[in-house]
Amino acid sequence: MNVFGWMNDQLLRMQWLSDLVTAGVEWVGLDPASRIGGSVQFFVYDVVKIFILLSVLIFLISYVQSYFPPERTRRILSGREGIGANILGALLGTITPFCSCSSIPLFIGFTAAGLPLGVTFSFLISSPLVDMASVILLASIFSWPIALAYVGVGLVVAVIGGTLIGQLRMEGQVADFVRTVPVLDADETMTRNERIGFARDQVMDIVKKVWPYVLIGVGIGAAIHNWVPAETISALLGQDKWWAVPVATVIGIPMYADIFGTLPIAEALVGKGVGLGTVLAFMMAVTALSLPSLIMLKRVVKMPLLVTFTGIVTVGILTIGFVFNAITHLFI
Amino acid sequence: MIIKILGSGCKKCVTLGDNAKAAAEAAGKDVEIVKVTDFAEIAAYGVMSTPALVVDDRVLSSGKVLSAAEIGQML
Repeated sequence: MNVFGWMNDQLLRMQWLSDLVTAGVEWVGLDPASRIGGSVQFFVYDVVKIFILLSVLIFLISYVQSYFPPERTRRILSGREGIGANILGALLGTITPFCSCSSIPLFIGFTAAGLPLGVTFSFLISSPLVDMASVILLASIFSWPIALAYVGVGLVVAVIGGTLIGQLRMEGQVADFVRTVPVLDADETMTRNERIGFARDQVMDIVKKVWPYVLIGVGIGAAIHNWVPAETISALLGQDKWWAVPVATVIGIPMYADIFGTLPIAEALVGKGVGLGTVLAFMMAVTALSLPSLIMLKRVVKMPLLVTFTGIVTVGILTIGFVFNAITHLFI
Repeated sequence: MIIKILGSGCKKCVTLGDNAKAAAEAAGKDVEIVKVTDFAEIAAYGVMSTPALVVDDRVLSSGKVLSAAEIGQML
């Protein structure tokens, strides 16, 4: 057996944990192949796996993140223009905050410093959509090609979305107070211990914030996995239904959860034969657009820009959904 | 002297507030601690990461929890 395959199965997919939970389910007298036993197995295994991966990943990523405080990101981006700046903005978005709520202060800080609106939006779209933790989790639950494809298309949406917004010259559509915000430049250097402390605090903060979403997500996933007949799911979201992608997107947009809560649902849906594109569209709609984040964004941008932003991202998600459904056979 | 703590009300903001209070008391100063939780108001100070410490409308730190001793040196 090759070493990489073993590492992937045991460390990332945690096959040992699945076996252990299965043994535990049998030990308490449930049949893992039965509905109840299967639900319990799915729930316990997924919850434990997600929390282990979440903690380890957030620690590592926060350590890297401590080298890129918002002030530094802004310095890197300032003075740049064109598609290169959009690409850089989208890439920097992958190593910054997990939650769309923390991107609003960044939006204000970037805009106040005179960064092009398009570059700021590339950053703003990619920030909740793509982060390194979600990539590893996707690889754990699905496979590496799917994880990398997700990152690729996420970045493409961010770059194209930001570029379009930049082309539309909507600079005047930012809330007036943003222009008067002072630009502070902090040049902090941290010691190694401070970085470790920062990473540990991030793990505590984020786990505390996301655990209910993870439990709800895994609960819904377990229910779909064992209780909802495949025929029902495929009648609604099946590969042959043209409306599958739009329905998944429209359901996902108002929802507020993070990628960690949506993954178990995605996992269960793919298991029921829902197209990969449909599932990716659902995940992207949930993470990139949500009612709470749009309400917050409304306070810093004017309505036409808000509508443009929502429209462009929605079209991007729909496109990705349809394209992935058409090429699913390359991945599964 | 007015000390403002900018942040969403997380545990770190509370710790920063306590440290600031301790530092001001050690310096024998009469202070009022104000918590600013509205993100638009926070952003209006030019702060991008919280918690941040503002003394008499001047931003002294952002994105980290300073100890009472560190704050004492800045006051």
